[in-house]
Amino acid sequence: MNEVAPVAFTAASYKSDYKPIWCPGCGDFTVLSAITKAFAILQLQPHQVGVVSGIGCSSRIPAYTSCYGFHGVHGRALAAGTGLKVARPDLTVLVAGGDGDGFSIGGNHFMHACRRNVDMTYIVMDNHVYGMTKGQASPTTEPDWDNKLSPGGTGIRAFHPLVIALASGANFVARAFSGDPNGTAEIIAQGIRHPGFSFIEVLSPCVTFRPEQREWKSVVHPPPVEPTDDPARAARRIMTDDGFNIGVLYAGSRNPYPHYRSGKPKYTVEDLETEFEL
Amino acid sequence: MSVTEKAATVPATLAEFMALALAMENEAVERYSEFADTMETHNNREVAAMFRKMAGYEAKHAAQIMFEMNWTEAPAVPPGAMSWPGYEAPETVPSGDVHYLMQPWHALQLALAAEERAEQFFAQIASIATTESVRRAALELQAEEAEHVALVKEWLTKVPQPDRNWADDPDPPRYSD
Repeated sequence: MNEVAPVAFTAASYKSDYKPIWCPGCGDFTVLSAITKAFAILQLQPHQVGVVSGIGCSSRIPAYTSCYGFHGVHGRALAAGTGLKVARPDLTVLVAGGDGDGFSIGGNHFMHACRRNVDMTYIVMDNHVYGMTKGQASPTTEPDWDNKLSPGGTGIRAFHPLVIALASGANFVARAFSGDPNGTAEIIAQGIRHPGFSFIEVLSPCVTFRPEQREWKSVVHPPPVEPTDDPARAARRIMTDDGFNIGVLYAGSRNPYPHYRSGKPKYTVEDLETEFEL
Repeated sequence: MSVTEKAATVPATLAEFMALALAMENEAVERYSEFADTMETHNNREVAAMFRKMAGYEAKHAAQIMFEMNWTEAPAVPPGAMSWPGYEAPETVPSGDVHYLMQPWHALQLALAAEERAEQFFAQIASIATTESVRRAALELQAEEAEHVALVKEWLTKVPQPDRNWADDPDPPRYSD
């Protein structure tokens, strides 16, 4: 008997043979799981997906998938991802990284990627700390986070990635929580389906340098209202929430970067090769 | 109702219910295997071996379901099609609940909680099942999970309890405090 219809790809279809070396308990394990589940929800062909990252613990993700991957330089994942999507609009491009990589070193790319609205999905595993370099304050670190590297806290207002994304023109803005891999997978799948630039902040605890983040599981909650396509309402909602609303907060209707609006690239690879021929 | 307090959805047929049970076992296998891999990476070999053993037990339970249902191939259920009372399947240990210095006692505590959640889950399904075959199967699986709870409790009596300072590391992977 088999009343349940078979599917071609399962989450395991998108995992490589490399074992993650993250710290036990790290939220990035379940973000990886959520990404592969999202690909399975969408039944994407692994060779039709490009996973691009920058530098940091979470940026190891491309190696752990069986899709095409590009582990780029610090802060430049979105630039590489944009290039890939513009050159190969037929691919699903997913860019992944951490809060330091995406909002500090890559902060400028972040704003302009939102503004360009190229049809790709950007996942930031936000743990409010530079984990790979052993615990420095990152752009999203709370101003009063006291540690020996920033005694008494940095005193600097934390960067608000969702507000910046919305103000800069991202077409889909959501927050997810790594402890909820199935819910995160659904949000990632929605982000991939949504045309244009989708930004998803995933709260992903760093259990080594921010062990108190283990408690995030008890403070996250669904947003009290449905997603909106009105940026003004979304802005008010995002600016007044407590940072732990999980779900889609904005789903807009801006047209993606028009270069390939028709679904076809303007130039073929052969055209480009001819251009560059010596 | 919070994110983690969703009601279980009642499977309409025995096949759907057993596919749910199989998915639950397979998710547990996957998570325990992931824990074993990561503990090996961090040179916590004793706990790695324990998680590997647990993955093996869950794989046997999955195989038993396959046998009982006369399935030669697992029904591949699309992700998202399953509805669990919490964030993940009840028998899956939350990914964030492990520590690189944890000891076998901790691993068994996590397994105990997972088995207890599984037992409660099947009890809940049995109490709300709308078909007799699903109710009977849920009760059988609940009884099996109750046996596993007892086995883990017995196992726990054979491993030493960690001292209060078990997480102290004289050479921690951090220099910020």
